[in-house]
Amino acid sequence: MIIVSRFQPPPKTGATAEFEYEGASITAPQGISLAAALLAHSGAYTRQTAGGDARAAFCMMGVCFECLVEVDGVPNTQACMTQVRQGMVVKRQIGLRRLNGCNDS
Amino acid sequence: MNRTNPEITVVGGGVVGLSVALGLLLAGRRVHVLDGADSDARASQGNFGLVWGQGKGWNYAPYAKWTSDALAAWTAFARKLADLSGIDVALDQSGGFEFFTDAAEMQEFAAMLAQQQRHLGNRFSHEIITGDDLRAQMPGIGGGVVGASFSQMDGHVNPLRFLRALRVAVGAAGGRVTMDAPVARVVPATGGGFDLAMANGRTSRADKVVLCAGLGATALAADLGFSARVAPQRGELLITEKLHDRLPFLSSTIRQVDEGGVQIGGTKADVGLDDSETLDVMAGLARHAVTVYPPLADVRVVRAWGALRVMSPDGYPVYARSSLYPGAYLVTCHSGVTLAPLHASVLADWIEGTSAAPDLEAFDDNRFAISTAA
Repeated sequence: MIIVSRFQPPPKTGATAEFEYEGASITAPQGISLAAALLAHSGAYTRQTAGGDARAAFCMMGVCFECLVEVDGVPNTQACMTQVRQGMVVKRQIGLRRLNGCNDS
Repeated sequence: MNRTNPEITVVGGGVVGLSVALGLLLAGRRVHVLDGADSDARASQGNFGLVWGQGKGWNYAPYAKWTSDALAAWTAFARKLADLSGIDVALDQSGGFEFFTDAAEMQEFAAMLAQQQRHLGNRFSHEIITGDDLRAQMPGIGGGVVGASFSQMDGHVNPLRFLRALRVAVGAAGGRVTMDAPVARVVPATGGGFDLAMANGRTSRADKVVLCAGLGATALAADLGFSARVAPQRGELLITEKLHDRLPFLSSTIRQVDEGGVQIGGTKADVGLDDSETLDVMAGLARHAVTVYPPLADVRVVRAWGALRVMSPDGYPVYARSSLYPGAYLVTCHSGVTLAPLHASVLADWIEGTSAAPDLEAFDDNRFAISTAA
């Protein structure tokens, strides 16, 4: 029996996207998830919990919420559910998100 | 049967049952709590955690007073729970708002609060605040808010931690809790006491039995001759991602959990035992929250659920002794969190019939009895 895998190989077009992460420039294959790109980049932590613990992407399927980062100013974005895009600006999610209009504290 | 200290069985291990059990244990009784099945309608696992008085009993003075007594007892109760369980239920009773976007609705509620105030005198205080005054006091309140009522005594707890604290406290006080033990029938035994038949085929003997099983008590209550019939009322709730910032207010529909998430709720629907959530109601809740406090607009909702309130026909609690079968009691109410400090203290005196028992005649279920008079 042949089962069609729901896991798709990354497109082999050779196309890449360049994005900014914590001030550094990262180049990744087009079409892969932001979480995969960040793990491939260094594997270092990409968020801090409210209690200050370091975390990085884990489940890679949208469930565990360990891969939260800030993307183009939007906090708590799941990197594993986001494709890399040319020019995106990504930062670590440090602690709980702020409420808009309450950013000075 | 132990004649000197007979055992009391509490049917129902939610907020109400555990509170009643705790009160009886602290009064020195032996208590056995039978908790239902995981699949039962459990108001205690879906609620909003309000400790709330505003509007309660505006049209029924005994309920206004009973609620007011409970609000006054919460601080000491939370401390006692922490001592017994080691769990802080995060009581914050620094006042609560009811926000309005419709001037006529606000006027109507203001009239209700004025009547509640007449029932309670100096035991209650409330203010009506205009939208502009609110916005001056609390930056961020939306332009669509025409005003709010505020009462100093209102507050909230973390509802899941509260349930856990009660469970641990009942154990610490020497109570016996059997989980997954839905009771199918309560049969009065000849010579006193009751035989309880579990859904799993086992049986249990009780000297006294207190029905606190919420929506699950209906059939048992009818068998024991009680008139009260409770019905489910669905509320839907949203909870957002956790926020670093604290909301500047607590309202009956928008509250921030101590851990940071914002819970949004307060809907009412009579749909039987269906606790599913619906898209239009969830959208309405989100809209309401953003109207009241626009900074919530880009905050993500991470979970939504429906839960069933336990409503008596008139909405007030029921505290009833069976006239047919002495030793059987029915305790049921919608506001199990708010009333918990009384359920865990003076209600034990009422069950035991001591001289310290509160007068709960106003909450007897004879008010639901079908009159046989011509």
